[in-house]
Amino acid sequence: MVRSPPADSVGLVTQHKAVFEEPLPLDCGRELPGYELVYETYGELNRERTNAILVCHALSGNHHAAGYHSEHDRKPGWWETCIGPGKPLDTNRFFIVCSNNLGGCHGSTGPASINPETGAPYGDQFPVVTVRDWVRSQARLADRLGIRQWAAVAGGSLGGMQALQWAIDFPGRLRHAVVIAAAPRLSAQNIGFNEVARQAIMSDPEFHGGRYYDYGVSPRRGLAVARMLGHITYLSEDAMRAKFGRDLRGGMSYDYEEVDFEVESYLRYQGQRFVQGFDANTYLLMTKALDYFDPAAEHGDDFSAAVAGIQCSTLLLSFSSDWRFPPSRSREILRALLEREKTVSYIEVEATQGHDAFLMPIQRYLEGFAAYMGNVAREVGA
Amino acid sequence: MNPLRRELEIVADWIEPGSRVLDLGCGDGALLEYLVERKGVTAYGLEIDPRKVNRCLERGVNVVRADLDEGLGDFHCDSFDHVIMSQTIQAVRYPDKLIEDLLRVSHHGIVTFPNMGYWRLRVQLLLGGSMPRSPALPNAWYNSPNIHLCTVRDFEQLCASMGVEIVERRLLDRAHRSTPLIDLAPNLLGEVAIYRFVRGTQSL
Repeated sequence: MVRSPPADSVGLVTQHKAVFEEPLPLDCGRELPGYELVYETYGELNRERTNAILVCHALSGNHHAAGYHSEHDRKPGWWETCIGPGKPLDTNRFFIVCSNNLGGCHGSTGPASINPETGAPYGDQFPVVTVRDWVRSQARLADRLGIRQWAAVAGGSLGGMQALQWAIDFPGRLRHAVVIAAAPRLSAQNIGFNEVARQAIMSDPEFHGGRYYDYGVSPRRGLAVARMLGHITYLSEDAMRAKFGRDLRGGMSYDYEEVDFEVESYLRYQGQRFVQGFDANTYLLMTKALDYFDPAAEHGDDFSAAVAGIQCSTLLLSFSSDWRFPPSRSREILRALLEREKTVSYIEVEATQGHDAFLMPIQRYLEGFAAYMGNVAREVGA
Repeated sequence: MNPLRRELEIVADWIEPGSRVLDLGCGDGALLEYLVERKGVTAYGLEIDPRKVNRCLERGVNVVRADLDEGLGDFHCDSFDHVIMSQTIQAVRYPDKLIEDLLRVSHHGIVTFPNMGYWRLRVQLLLGGSMPRSPALPNAWYNSPNIHLCTVRDFEQLCASMGVEIVERRLLDRAHRSTPLIDLAPNLLGEVAIYRFVRGTQSL
């Protein structure tokens, strides 16, 4: 950030922490004796407590969704394009809450936290949590903040799946779900990518079965490879061609260690930068939560039965060049909601940026999102 | 609420309270908003123009951005009580296929279109030698969205050939009135045609 933040930014923000001492039962059958969630809020909660919006983050995200932590921050929060004064999630009208998911590595209880039973980091002893577990933990945060019903729960990718899970599990506690670039469940190809990412991490000699904290190391190379792979799937082929083509850094080196192509340089840089701020065990946990997400599973694989109890209105958004969770996956959600005569709108946005489009300032996307949220604001008197 | 065009008022009168309605080419969502507020219908609109889609979202009208030329594949058979096509049919690539698809998802269909048989349009073509233009057809031939314009006779012939049963027909003149005079020569005197139809017994 350069001295003063842009006028449409929430500006300097600070994080909060909520401590929960009541045990949290988990889908895996275990329970967490207690846990902490770090979160940020932007905007003001109105007197009637009707204008709160929960923002859910994706695989590598965290609670820092908008604004800056200090004047020295180079980059704002991950959803700066959508959160702020006059933006779709308008902080002049809404009170925005974003927490770091349980199992995360940015302050909420996760694999690197101290296990109270052993006095050492959880490591591989941290339970595998699911999207449903997250939603359950977020509901307790809502209780803590005195929010009985969210005006909306919104998110992209894995965040969109959380919004959907909220609508299914707590039908009375949200008025709207905004589900962006998501899917009703992962395809075999999706799970395949996640498995390669996990194998990259687990086969790093410094992984030590997930107990690498004890050795003062971390599987940095494996995590970087996982991130490089993920990054390719977040971009469209067109976007990569436009950005790098076959451009060479210098010439061909005829050496394996050297970086020849611009795309290699970019991916290595992304991988290196990522490992500085992310924990490998959290990456394993997040990908597993994605793989396990499947609301239809307990309804005989009938997704429309899974959404039958939804009471909120839903906005679905997808992006034409997204091949990780393509428009056809959002259409599956749409069809199920139509079949059950739910209140739903859907826009496929033409965009060249691939899956990452949900983070980007694409005019049609922001206009559609803002139009929908304008109606939400009117509805809740925000 | 903006006053609805007379044409939409007629359409709205045909919709029973509490029914399920799909509007193909729903525009800014005014009709659906009216139907939801006054008749408590469950309503969805399909619209291709992003600006109009956004108007629907602002109004809180359910809308799916869709190209009608790709059909109604997102909807199950008989999932609606009424499907409306207001000033839409002349702008789609396969009007006959869309009517067929419409009658798959709903027993009732409602269609409105500008009647190319209207006498003023005939005069323009006959004496002026140019493609007709009117308040209902404001665009020039080269930038018009209307690629399948038809007359009252054409539409009724299509329905007959498809075994579609027309239940009711209303025609409006330029002042949006429906006078007994029009019924004497509907294809000549009606500027806007409004039809209500159902699947015929031996159709489809």
